[in-house]
Amino acid sequence: MTISHDTFTFVADLVRRRSAILLEPGKEYLVESRLLPLAREAGASGVDQFVAQLRANPSPARTAVVVEALTTNETSWFRDVAPFDALRRHIVPELRAGGLGRLRVWSAACSTGQEAYSIAMTLQEVLVPTVAVEITATDLNEQVLERARSGTYTQLEVNRGLPAPTLVRHFQRHGSGWQVSDELRRWITFRQHNLLDVPPPGGPFDVVFLRNVLIYFDLPTKRAVLERVRAALRPGGYLVLGAAETTIGVHDDYERVVLDRATVYRSAGGRAAAAAPAAAPTTAATATAASLAAARSTLAGVPARPASAAVPPRPVLPTPARPAGSVFAPTSTRGAGLT
Amino acid sequence: MRALVIDDSRAMRRIVGQTLRGLGFEPVEAEHGQHALDLLAGDEPVPALACIDWNMPVMDGLTFVTRVRQNPQWRDMTLMMVTTESEHGQIVRALAAGAHEYLIKPFTTDAIRDKLELLGLVPVGESA
Repeated sequence: MTISHDTFTFVADLVRRRSAILLEPGKEYLVESRLLPLAREAGASGVDQFVAQLRANPSPARTAVVVEALTTNETSWFRDVAPFDALRRHIVPELRAGGLGRLRVWSAACSTGQEAYSIAMTLQEVLVPTVAVEITATDLNEQVLERARSGTYTQLEVNRGLPAPTLVRHFQRHGSGWQVSDELRRWITFRQHNLLDVPPPGGPFDVVFLRNVLIYFDLPTKRAVLERVRAALRPGGYLVLGAAETTIGVHDDYERVVLDRATVYRSAGGRAAAAAPAAAPTTAATATAASLAAARSTLAGVPARPASAAVPPRPVLPTPARPAGSVFAPTSTRGAGLT
Repeated sequence: MRALVIDDSRAMRRIVGQTLRGLGFEPVEAEHGQHALDLLAGDEPVPALACIDWNMPVMDGLTFVTRVRQNPQWRDMTLMMVTTESEHGQIVRALAAGAHEYLIKPFTTDAIRDKLELLGLVPVGESA
C-alpha cells in the first residue's frame, strides 16, 4: 500500500511549516509508516483516508499529533535490539582487546535520553569497573535535554521497549514515574548541539550513535553531518545508524560492517579531514528531530497506583527458566533497510 | 500460537486478546489463575505465552506464575505480568517467581508489541 501524491504533498507541507523538517519525494514510506498507526486508531481504512479526514475536519490537536508522529525521534529504549547487541557482543570486546582503558560514546540527537541511558545500561553489564565510561549525549532542543538530564520517565515511557529486569536493576520509583540510577546518570553529559556545528567536547569517540536522524535530511545535509561525525570519531571508531539509514552513496570514508543483525559503519582510519562538501546544507538541518514522545496509541487500563517512597535494595534476580527477559533475546531479522 | 489471557476484567481480556490476535496469536481467556491452570491441564497444546493480571479472585497472578514454574511441562511458556501493581518490589517478586516480563497498566497497545519483540515472540517491526 502506498499513499497518494496528494496526501504526501499535504503532509510534507504541514510538517515543513511546523517543524522545518523537509520531507522530500521519496519519503512516502516514512509518512505512511508513521501515520498508519494513527490512521488505524482513528478507524480510517488507511493513511489516505486518515489525512483526508484531517483536511476535511482540521483540529489543532490532531494536526499536532500528526506533526509529532513525523518529527519525533525514536525514543524507546531497547526496542531495536540489534545495535545494543552489536555494542555488547562485538564493539566493546574488540575495543577491550585493543587495551581499552576508557570508552567514549556520543549519543547524537538524543532526544529525551532513552538511547544514552540504554547505552549506559548495556556498558555497565559488559565492562569491568576499571574502564571509565564517558557518554556525551546531544540534542538541538534544550527542553528535551532538560528531561533527559533528569533521567525521569513516565510509566508509559518505561513500558516501551525496556525489559522489566533492566527496569528494576537500573531504575527507582520517582513519584508516579521512574528515575534512572544516579550512577548511570553520572556517566552521561547532556549538551545542546547542532549536528552541523563542530563536534561536541568529549571526543574523539569510540562509538557514535546517530539513529533515525539522517532520514530527515537532504543529501548535502546528510553528507555534511556524516563529515562532522567522521571528524569526531577516533580512526576505526564505529558509527551506528538507524536501520533505514546508510553512509553508502552519501559519504565514502566509512566502511560498512555487518555484526550479526546490525549493520554499522567504521570510520576509515587515520585519514586527514576531507574537504567540506561543496553544497550548502538546507534549513532542514536546523530541524529539531526531537520532541516529547506522545502516548498516541490506545490507552488501555486504569491509572497506576500511587508510588510509595520505599525502594528495596538492589535485587539479585534468579535466571528465569528461559532467559527470555534478556535484552538480547533472539528476534527475527529486521526488514530490509528503506533507504 | 496460542496465548493465555488471564484477567478478571472482561474488558481487559478483550483489549489484550485483540492486540495479541493482531500480532498473530490465538488468545484463550481465563478469569483467574485456577481457571488458567484448569485450561492448561486440558489436552490442548501448551500456549507460547501467558499475559497475567496480578489481583484476581480465586487465584492471583503471582500464585499462578509460581505454580506454572513448578511444572517442567510448562517450561517453554513465556509469562508476562500485565497489572496495575507498579511497585519496584512487586516487579522484583514477579520476576523472581519466574515471570519473564512485566507490563504495567495503563499501557498503550504498542507496548504489548514492544514487550513481545523483546521476548522474541513477534518479529521486530519498523518504527511506527
